[in-house]
Amino acid sequence: MVFLGSQVLPGSVALSILGPEADPRSVELLNHQLGVDRPLLVQWFGWIWHFLHGDMGLSYVHQAPVSPMVMQALGYSLKLAAVALLLVVPLGIVGGVVAALKVNRPLDRIISLGGLSATVLPEFVSGIILILVLGIWLHWLPISAAWPNGADPLTQIYYLVLPSLPLVLVLFGYISRMARAGMIEAVESDYTRTAVLKGLTWGQVVWRHVLRNALLPTVTVVVTQAGYLMGGLVVIETLFRYPGIGSLIFTAATQKDFPILESGVFVVGTIFTMTTFLADLSYSVLNPRIRMGTGQ
Amino acid sequence: MTSIAAAPHARRKELLAALLRSGSFLTGVIIVLFWIACALFGRHFVPYDPLAEDILDSLAQPSAQHWFGTDPLGRDIFSRFIVGSRDILTVAPLATVLGTLIGTALGLLTGYFRGIVDDVVSRLFEAFMAMPTIIVALLAIVALGTSKTTVIIVIGLAFAPSIARTVRSAVLSERELDYVAAAKLRRENAAHIMFVEILPNVLPPVVVESTVRLSYAIFGVATLSFLGFGLQPPSPDWGLSISANYGMIAGGYWWTVLFDALAIASLVIGVNLIADGLHGALDA
Repeated sequence: MVFLGSQVLPGSVALSILGPEADPRSVELLNHQLGVDRPLLVQWFGWIWHFLHGDMGLSYVHQAPVSPMVMQALGYSLKLAAVALLLVVPLGIVGGVVAALKVNRPLDRIISLGGLSATVLPEFVSGIILILVLGIWLHWLPISAAWPNGADPLTQIYYLVLPSLPLVLVLFGYISRMARAGMIEAVESDYTRTAVLKGLTWGQVVWRHVLRNALLPTVTVVVTQAGYLMGGLVVIETLFRYPGIGSLIFTAATQKDFPILESGVFVVGTIFTMTTFLADLSYSVLNPRIRMGTGQ
Repeated sequence: MTSIAAAPHARRKELLAALLRSGSFLTGVIIVLFWIACALFGRHFVPYDPLAEDILDSLAQPSAQHWFGTDPLGRDIFSRFIVGSRDILTVAPLATVLGTLIGTALGLLTGYFRGIVDDVVSRLFEAFMAMPTIIVALLAIVALGTSKTTVIIVIGLAFAPSIARTVRSAVLSERELDYVAAAKLRRENAAHIMFVEILPNVLPPVVVESTVRLSYAIFGVATLSFLGFGLQPPSPDWGLSISANYGMIAGGYWWTVLFDALAIASLVIGVNLIADGLHGALDA
């Protein structure tokens, strides 16, 4: 699908590389060199074949193999995504649990409405505000994601905190909302009442009975949203000039560098589909009630 | 007879009262109305022409003369800030309307007919939603070229599946009710049953979902503009201004981006507060 999409893009590839005033003969020559004058199906099968062998072709713009570029960028992106998830999962769960325990009180409204508002803030908007406040005015965090060469992992994480915060803001709303809904349902359930009636303290009830049941749907949301991260990365990596897969796709889109664009989007799509699958899987593993094909 | 006619009227009154009691809804309405007023009439009140360049007075700090300072081309940021809502408040709502129309029609069709129509459309939606929206939009816009119309169509189409899903699940429970059976016995045709009988009853979730979608449409249009694939210069659009100026914030020119960022933030949060209020009032 991605492949077809990029093939219908108007404008000859060679033209966009050589510029509008290029000599028609050299345009034709370059088109032939790049192989874009062959029939579509031939190109498509060729592309799939090579992709499955780990060869993603040559970049039109850089005249260099795409695979190492995509893989390196993916590595950078996964680091950023990992930092964002490490920050947001505990924060979101704590936020949701606190909100649920104070349901309909001011603290709950603040967390819920704040989370909801943060979710619809475009990443570049919260990014700009955070750069100004945390990076430039308070000098708490470095405003560039480019850590010094040879920096140890901890320093790298330190440099990635600011770029990951806008993603954290978007995800916080989703995760805390699911945690809150799960908590409220669990608090109102019969087993919680039984636990209270058998004389456990409220803290014990929450810790042993409520939390375990409440966090099931939250796990699924976390896994699903790992897929969203891939989309958010396009903006964040552009804003922070971070060499991840998002900025690779973005640059390829502006330069009409189709081999990079196709491979990048294909890799992101695969990750997205895999996380959705994992989300379904994790839900049935964690929740014995909907585990299929066992028991009877 | 009168009591039947009065019933929907009374319900509407109740709904309005619930909305007016909701603080978040009112705050949202005030913020959004402010930006709509700016979009409509802002041009007549701003101190400077938002497009007028004055290279001798570029990057001036906020002062009595230029409240929010000037940008690298010497344009008055306050004036651009006020009229910057114009384009996004045309494009995002149109995209949302498009997505709502397509989504509602598809949701009614798939929910009412079930069977093979439902299977085919639902699989297509799943394939479509297997990609992050922003990447789908990016590809589509690179393919179709950048214009307001493309942005409206791309965002509208991207949102249709989620609206269709909402409508479909509402229709699934409605179609089992007696009034639908009655309409079938009267030999009404399928289009009549879907659009005249069922549609009014599934409107509340549609309204809530499309308000939520509107805030995501603003999110999407602003993001595309920031990436250079949305609104084009010299529009004073906020996302576009940020994209032009954010490279300079390390140099201390904070006023060139901060106000526009706050403007986008207030607009999406305003729409979202309205959605939250509607959700509470229509659910209750």
